[in-house]
Amino acid sequence: MGCIRNMVDSVKSFQFRQTLSQLITLGLIVSTALMLWKGLMCITGTESPIIVVLSGSMEPGFQRGDILFLHMSKDPIRAGDIIVFKIDGREIPIVHRVIKVHEPNNNKETYLLTKGDNNPMDDRVLYNHGQHWLQRHHIMGRAVGFLPYAGWMTIIMTENPIVKYILLGSLTLLILTTKE
Amino acid sequence: MHSFGYRLNALFTFALTILALICAIASFTDTFNHPNPLAQVKVLNINWFQKQPHGNDEVSLTLNISADLQSLFTWNTKQVFVFLAAEYETKKNALNQISLWDGIIQSKEQAKFWTHTSNKYRFIDQGSNLRGKEFNLTMHWHVMPKTGRMLADKIVMPGYRLPEEYR
Repeated sequence: MGCIRNMVDSVKSFQFRQTLSQLITLGLIVSTALMLWKGLMCITGTESPIIVVLSGSMEPGFQRGDILFLHMSKDPIRAGDIIVFKIDGREIPIVHRVIKVHEPNNNKETYLLTKGDNNPMDDRVLYNHGQHWLQRHHIMGRAVGFLPYAGWMTIIMTENPIVKYILLGSLTLLILTTKE
Repeated sequence: MHSFGYRLNALFTFALTILALICAIASFTDTFNHPNPLAQVKVLNINWFQKQPHGNDEVSLTLNISADLQSLFTWNTKQVFVFLAAEYETKKNALNQISLWDGIIQSKEQAKFWTHTSNKYRFIDQGSNLRGKEFNLTMHWHVMPKTGRMLADKIVMPGYRLPEEYR
């Protein structure tokens, strides 16, 4: 309780200069996070360097809530690699393993077939109707590293947006009310 | 300056930093493991071999696979994903890789095994190039860590050949 009263008091005792400097601090934190994210995008060469596993199709290797680090290198994709791909016209990316590769001589395209380790069938049932192969433009990256459980917060926040607003609100309040 | 929230934040940040450091160290210790896995595969039988109605060759094999992957396991190993792929070159394709069999090994005790199986995934060529085709069987493994970097390697076993005629 005392803690909340303190906060309210400090909100009441705001002065213009102090508020401004705290807003700048907030801006700094936000832009640092943005810079880190964009920097990672440049280094890894993929539009989302870190993704959260949403389904159990790669169990027992990856479980819901685990975090994967992606990398998009020049090395060609080979059977056994775990890739993240997006089917045309669908929003949610899929993390599965490559089981077949056909690579033509001209090196322009690659034909890949994927499968989830925990799924009984290959992914042709997931692809669009009439699509037999994944091609280069579907691929967002290759999984190179793994961190368990770290993505649960993201899952909770996307599934209950209220939690996200409460968390963001309280964080902002905390930053605005802490005195240097 | 030393409010409750501030201290909580400091404690939380410190705990997370230490945890991240421990994860990184755990992943780093994997580099000291120099595994020497063994694998042997025999093609026991060509069950059937034919051209599909739309022109792609398909073959069904019976395989005898034996391997000892125990040396891949360290204290940071969650599982080893192992698969056997047929790899060959055709006129059109510089590389064809077709997974024939795979398995998930979750403990060191299960990492020494042998199995007698027909191919789990269909061995279909992209075109009709399989008659008399020489191919490699490659045992690939992907080590999934409890945390950190994923490692992969393979053993290439050359010198297999498909028959000249469909059967």
